[in-house]
Amino acid sequence: MIAEAGHYALVLALALALIQSTVPIFGARLGDPALMNVARSTALAQLVFVLGSFAALVTLHVTSDFSVVNVYENSHSLKPLIYKITGVWGNHEGSMLLWVSILALFGGLVAAFGNNLPLSLRAHVLAVQAWIASAFYLFILITSNPFLRIANPPIEGRDLNPVLQDIGLAVHPPMLYLGYVGFSISFSFAVAALLEGRIDAAWARWVRPWTLLAWIFLTLGIAMGSYWAYYELGWGGWWFWDPVENASLMPWLAGTALLHSAVVMEKRNALKVWTILLSILTFSLSLLGTFLVRSGVLTSVHAFATDPTRGVFILLILCVFIGGSLTLYVWRASALKQGGLFAPISREGALVLNNLFLTTACATVFVGTLYPLALEVINGDKISVGAPFFNLTFAPLFVPLMIAVPFGPLLAWKRGDLLGAAQRLFAAGVAALVAIAILWAWTSGGSTLAPLAIGLAVFVIAGALVDLAERIALFRVPFAISARRARGLPRASWGTVFAHAGVGIALIGIVCETTWNSEYIGSMKPGDVAHVAGYALRLDGLTPRQGPNFREMVARFEVSLDDGERLGAMTPSKRNFTTRGSTTTEAALMTRGVSQLYISLGDTRADGATDVRIYHKPMVLLIWFGPVFMAFGGLLSLSDRRLRVGAPKPARAPRELQPAE
Amino acid sequence: MKRFLAAAFVLWVALGSPAAYAVQPDEIMADPASELRARNLSRELRCMVCQNQSIDDSEAPLARDLRLLVRERIAAGDSDAQVLDFLVARYGEFVLLKPRLEPHTWLLWLLPPLVLGGGGLALWFQGRRRSRSAAATDHSTVKLTAEEQARLERLIAEEPLPDRPA
Repeated sequence: MIAEAGHYALVLALALALIQSTVPIFGARLGDPALMNVARSTALAQLVFVLGSFAALVTLHVTSDFSVVNVYENSHSLKPLIYKITGVWGNHEGSMLLWVSILALFGGLVAAFGNNLPLSLRAHVLAVQAWIASAFYLFILITSNPFLRIANPPIEGRDLNPVLQDIGLAVHPPMLYLGYVGFSISFSFAVAALLEGRIDAAWARWVRPWTLLAWIFLTLGIAMGSYWAYYELGWGGWWFWDPVENASLMPWLAGTALLHSAVVMEKRNALKVWTILLSILTFSLSLLGTFLVRSGVLTSVHAFATDPTRGVFILLILCVFIGGSLTLYVWRASALKQGGLFAPISREGALVLNNLFLTTACATVFVGTLYPLALEVINGDKISVGAPFFNLTFAPLFVPLMIAVPFGPLLAWKRGDLLGAAQRLFAAGVAALVAIAILWAWTSGGSTLAPLAIGLAVFVIAGALVDLAERIALFRVPFAISARRARGLPRASWGTVFAHAGVGIALIGIVCETTWNSEYIGSMKPGDVAHVAGYALRLDGLTPRQGPNFREMVARFEVSLDDGERLGAMTPSKRNFTTRGSTTTEAALMTRGVSQLYISLGDTRADGATDVRIYHKPMVLLIWFGPVFMAFGGLLSLSDRRLRVGAPKPARAPRELQPAE
Repeated sequence: MKRFLAAAFVLWVALGSPAAYAVQPDEIMADPASELRARNLSRELRCMVCQNQSIDDSEAPLARDLRLLVRERIAAGDSDAQVLDFLVARYGEFVLLKPRLEPHTWLLWLLPPLVLGGGGLALWFQGRRRSRSAAATDHSTVKLTAEEQARLERLIAEEPLPDRPA
């Protein structure tokens, strides 16, 4: 009964989406406010029905109703409640339902909070949103229905893939989807602008918060996924240049570019046509990611051919939306007037440079991910493109970008003074050189590149602080006035400082972890001591334990410093999930400052020795603190006054804060 | 050393391999320099039955097979390039995670610099065109229309004087 209700709610949502796709457009053509307002009510109603459908699937999973195929294949009655809930999106059908739920959520948010939008723009935006929604409802209903029943219900389910039975599944996919799908809003705004043939700085002001929101979630989602892989997969890697990861990195790179070009458009009314194109590309890359992950094309081109219905359907959606929007772009973009002239050396110029490098990085990931597929389809050659390729191509792109980052905010709009910016960055440059010198002296004979890379990171962080110091005139006016200026500083400026500093922080983590990672690989018997990076780890023993739906062998390590100071115990384990007959390693982590000790267990040998891998990962947590800083910066920027207060008003703040004379 | 590794390899193939983690203690070479080379090479080689994992990361039996093979070649005195050539000859180019620059991978390697260079050139030309057209129409853009001038004056008149702190 619940399954049928959920299924029916989804059909109703499709019907509503179809109305929302058409009626508001006619309304806008006829100039009829009543018809245009249909978009608002259908978007809200659609949200209610999709959430109902989603709630139905959650209920089925929680109550372990094994008469539903989806529940039978992915759940188990003994699974802890939290994994019963997260298991809803731990499979293809359920994750697609989450995808459309989030799409409907964003549509509903625009409908509910878009009151200050011009009526026809809102109608168009919501109609485009409904086109996407209709396509994906159809996809779910035709090829991936999560509510299908089994004629003879089995007594027990087949359980969820053990790797997914982790708190990461509760956070990572919803975050990622909020990001992916959030970009649909900027896409809808772009297509609506092309349909209307009108675009201005106000358009950028409406689009920017939505883009920012999606970007924040995507940033956190990717970082969360990376940390999850780090502690769950058991060999301490945090980024694998896996096609699935690349699928999320591409929209992130394009979205970061979009965020910056939208600034230019909002402030200077320039780069309009480019911003529209980026909005289209960013969401197209999100769709591409969905296709890559969901069609099975990644496992192999042949897996795609064996069950082509899903793959072909998403490919069709992909072609229609990307092809359609790009055609519309080519057709209508020339009608949009370019505005806002600027010299090459200016804030605009710096942001254009940022866009050039970010889009090139995005193109690199794109070609690296799809080239092997394309080559195999074209002439059957099988090649691999993996981490070594991306590491080699990414570094030359990111070094100039990182050097440029601190200059951008210090340049004036329209025509900047590069020499002046360089002079103001003198302190940051000195800080970077000092860092390089200290590291070289300290690690003499080691890697030469790593200290340089860390110097670059220090330059980015110090540059962000210099920008802040410049804005509040630190040390040039009395401190009290600086503090007052800091309070009056727009939150968007604070956001820039945090986000840019976050980039530098993440870079420090990445460089330290890859360069100075130490590891111990060996077989240990109880009583054996392993020495890694100044730590002594003694294996006390192994004890078996029974979990709710698994058995595990827990090892206990006594950790102390080499000089004898005790630090505590670490308990890595190996779990055996009976239903699926598969094992997972639960790594044990001990955090020391921002560095971590990491133990994962291998097999136990006949003679009682256990294979153990112990890593010391210096500064590793910075890799994820960086994105958290970036996301926090985004959040600050999102709470900026000009985005909270709808109508633009002349700013009074700077004048009030003039220094007393 | 070579004979020992070969014996270990044969023994391992004969006994079948347990599912286990990436580099295992019994694989590690006695000479740290050789082991380091083996590790670095392992990161460039694909475990062909896995999804996008290097043999250094993979726990699949095939990856262990390849890791031992790499160590065997190193122990036999092969240079890094020779080891890679040996593996490519045996398993095809699919085994390399970083494809070689050959006619069918030109596009892969050259696209990033082309996009960067092409984008840079496009920006440069566009900037020049626009600054030229701006220079040509300079006088007409600088002058405000009478209506704009009136509006500007009205706005200036409306603007309250800045509050001067005492």
